[in-house]
Amino acid sequence: MTDLLTLSGVHTHIGRYHILHGVDFAIPEGQTTMLLGRNGAGKTTTLRTIMGLWPASAGSITLAGQRIEKIATPEIARLGVGYVPESMAVFSDLTVKENLVLAARDGAPDTARLEWIFGFFPALKKFWLSRAGALSGGQKQMLSIARAIVEPRQLLLIDEPTKGLAPAIIGALIDCFAELKRRGATILLVEQNFHAAREIGDAVLVMDNGAIVHRGGMADLANDIPLQERLLGLSLEAHQ
Amino acid sequence: MMLLSGDPPRSRLLSVLLIAIVLGLALAPLLFPGAKALNVATKICIFAALVASYDLLLGYTGTVSFAHTMFYGIGSYAIAIALYSLGPSWSAIAIGLVIGLPLAALLALAIGLFSLRVEAIFFAMITLAVASAFLVLASQLSWLTGGEDGRSFQLPELLRPGTVFVKNFFGVPLNGRTLTYYIIFIGCAAMILGLLRVVNSPFGRVLQAVRENRFRAEALGYRTVFHLTYANVLAALVAASAGALNAMALRYAGPDTSLSFAIMLDILLMVVIGGMGTIYGAIIGAAIFILAQNYLQALMGLASNAAAEAGLPLLPGLLHPDRWLLWLGLLFIASVYFFPTGIVGRLRQTAHHATTR
Amino acid sequence: MTIVPHMTDVPAQSASEPLPKQPRDLLPLLLPVLLALAMLPLIGSGSTWITLTVASLAMGMMIFIMASGLTLVFGLMDVLNFGHGAFIAVGAYVATLVLLPLASWVQADSLWLNLAVLAPAALAAMAVSGALGLVVERVLILPVYGQHLKQILMTTGGLIVAEQALYALWGPQIIPLPLPTSLRGSFILGDVAIAKYRLLAMGVGLAVFVGIQLVLTRSKIGLLIRAGVENREMVEALGYHIKRLFLGVFMVGSALAGLGGIMWALYREQVHASMGNDLTVLVFIVVIIGGLGSIGGCFIGAILVAMVANYGGFLLPKLALVSNILLMVAILMWRPRGLYAVTSR
Repeated sequence: MTDLLTLSGVHTHIGRYHILHGVDFAIPEGQTTMLLGRNGAGKTTTLRTIMGLWPASAGSITLAGQRIEKIATPEIARLGVGYVPESMAVFSDLTVKENLVLAARDGAPDTARLEWIFGFFPALKKFWLSRAGALSGGQKQMLSIARAIVEPRQLLLIDEPTKGLAPAIIGALIDCFAELKRRGATILLVEQNFHAAREIGDAVLVMDNGAIVHRGGMADLANDIPLQERLLGLSLEAHQ
Repeated sequence: MMLLSGDPPRSRLLSVLLIAIVLGLALAPLLFPGAKALNVATKICIFAALVASYDLLLGYTGTVSFAHTMFYGIGSYAIAIALYSLGPSWSAIAIGLVIGLPLAALLALAIGLFSLRVEAIFFAMITLAVASAFLVLASQLSWLTGGEDGRSFQLPELLRPGTVFVKNFFGVPLNGRTLTYYIIFIGCAAMILGLLRVVNSPFGRVLQAVRENRFRAEALGYRTVFHLTYANVLAALVAASAGALNAMALRYAGPDTSLSFAIMLDILLMVVIGGMGTIYGAIIGAAIFILAQNYLQALMGLASNAAAEAGLPLLPGLLHPDRWLLWLGLLFIASVYFFPTGIVGRLRQTAHHATTR
Repeated sequence: MTIVPHMTDVPAQSASEPLPKQPRDLLPLLLPVLLALAMLPLIGSGSTWITLTVASLAMGMMIFIMASGLTLVFGLMDVLNFGHGAFIAVGAYVATLVLLPLASWVQADSLWLNLAVLAPAALAAMAVSGALGLVVERVLILPVYGQHLKQILMTTGGLIVAEQALYALWGPQIIPLPLPTSLRGSFILGDVAIAKYRLLAMGVGLAVFVGIQLVLTRSKIGLLIRAGVENREMVEALGYHIKRLFLGVFMVGSALAGLGGIMWALYREQVHASMGNDLTVLVFIVVIIGGLGSIGGCFIGAILVAMVANYGGFLLPKLALVSNILLMVAILMWRPRGLYAVTSR
């Protein structure tokens, strides 16, 4: 198994704040890696740094053999990185269709792929021509994910997709991630919801104070409650 | 130290420069007795105070106002109109001040409460619009303001050049003109020291907190709109006072000497060259700028004529003294880009490096 | 420009469970209509009212053309160009370079000859203003991108330099710019006289407005602009270079200012270096009234400003000097961020 994405010694400063203190990890191709950690540990900053939205002040980021830490965000996106930010960031003034047209970049979205997406997220089909701003929170999250997967991507960066959503919608999202995984997608997923994390994760990374403090298999962490408590300060089981 | 509100220049070279300028201005009537030299010294005093008050806004709160000349003009016109219509008396000066200063303060209050609520950019645009409307108003209401011609007036007896106190004081006569100059010098010095006190007070530190991060300041419980508005009113009051002194110095107020956009640009340039957010920068900026304006413009004329005689294309037009603003504009852009901290910032940086090394 | 690719619209919206429709905010749209109707009894004469209303609409369209670029640029990139007026003046001056040497065509009593000189003049004005926009964006705006204070200072400096350069190149005198012969005079309908040039101005302004709306709603570039107004980062994360998009919008906005410049110069039949400075204020008021970043608001704001100037000039000439400010104050009392506030920022 080869590594699709490798971070080594990545530091990130935001203004005068030093957020990432030498982040090292590798994401194997075709696996779903969960990125866990307390609030403020640097998970979102890690995703944003990979995406080029914050510049890495030191270290290297390699995607499929290519160094990307100095490349502009649009170029990183065009290398096949799909990004679902924490805020979802759907374009609320545009319709669902227009959001996906922009996400498809060149030409129209592939019809078969759209139907595949509608399979998980029927609401998007239903509200195809509605303003995205009028969608519910869960529907916006579906649109945000759909935007990232409307075309096949090498790597998906997904930031807390289940935050604040109803269980039924979380179910739909998990189904979608499982299906993506079956199709061989490589995913780096920030997740606080342990049930969701345990269900989809192959590997797990735990961050604290801007560095990776644990890396291993998801199943090992899920079964080791003392380890969870040591790493995250509380049992994941109790923390939904 | 008390006088400087515990905010010394913090650079030896800067201290020397400041002392030289202040001493030069304080002794100007003795050192440079010519009429032109005294006019230049007067202008430096007035602009130092005017620019310092602008620095309170730009440097300490980070808001750009294009209405500063409007307040300056209100002060000028208030004195001019009062002395013009009531005759040359001290009570007319008092009436001018009693009408002009509150008018400036009220207007600043209204603009502040109205437009400081939203983004800084809004304030800049609105002040530009209001100031230009005021300029039009001043040149159109000629029954009151004298229109484009402005208003010339006489000063009270005591302040006229004809009133001689000492015929020969170390070879220089002391007369009403000298007295006027010292009133201006002391008035401006008091205003600058006052501003220095304001920016070093707790209020001044809140202003800087607002400039650094408005949301944070608001989250800490400061009503930022009121602080900004208060600063705006204070700056307007100083500007109007400087305007009043300017009118007294010129015995005249008109659109070109007190309201024009060119003066606004001069102020911006002086504050940027001197150093934003330092107050001292206003003194340095005003002194350098006004000296250059008075003595370099003549040089431009010579260069323009020389270029014309040499038959060079374009250059005579570009170097004509009337194109002074063109070079100012370029200088302005370059200073914002390359020297955003101005002369004072630069000097303090060097001083800081020297002590830490 | 790429047109939105046609897609199978299979997933049509089902009627069973419609989304809550966002109520459309039509109140500002009614403002000019109400204002015009309210003025009718005050003015008394119907024909005067029509003349004034047409004059307002024509003037409003010209102001809109000048202001549209400014508001678009602000909406997209949070950049406010205080030197926008320079593009207006440059457009007008460039137009004289074409119109004055070909004065015989301008004076010819032939619509075709007139248009044959007007069209290239307008194109030249737009091209030069647009090119200047490129320079200004690269030299004055990009280096201080994201820093409001410096942005204001740099672009203000730019306005001064441009104005002074115009003085240096063309001299301080006013250049007369006569209207082409076939655009002089009025159409007479009963006792109502409607100036031909005003109709042309209205036509061009309306065309620009419709054009901008079509681009914004129907083209992929328009979608990107609207998406960018809302969230620049996400547009980049989808693989688009927003700075290139911004440069394009900036150049188009500058070119439109140049077009507005030649139209305004023909309307006033003169060109002067200070026109950029003077119009900057007018354009700012319009953009503030409309809501920074809103094209629709800018359109309505321009018409309102022109109406107040025309009706006010007729009814209370003294008040007309400050009528713009009073209008701005009134609108901001009602809606502190302008008629249509572009939210999200």
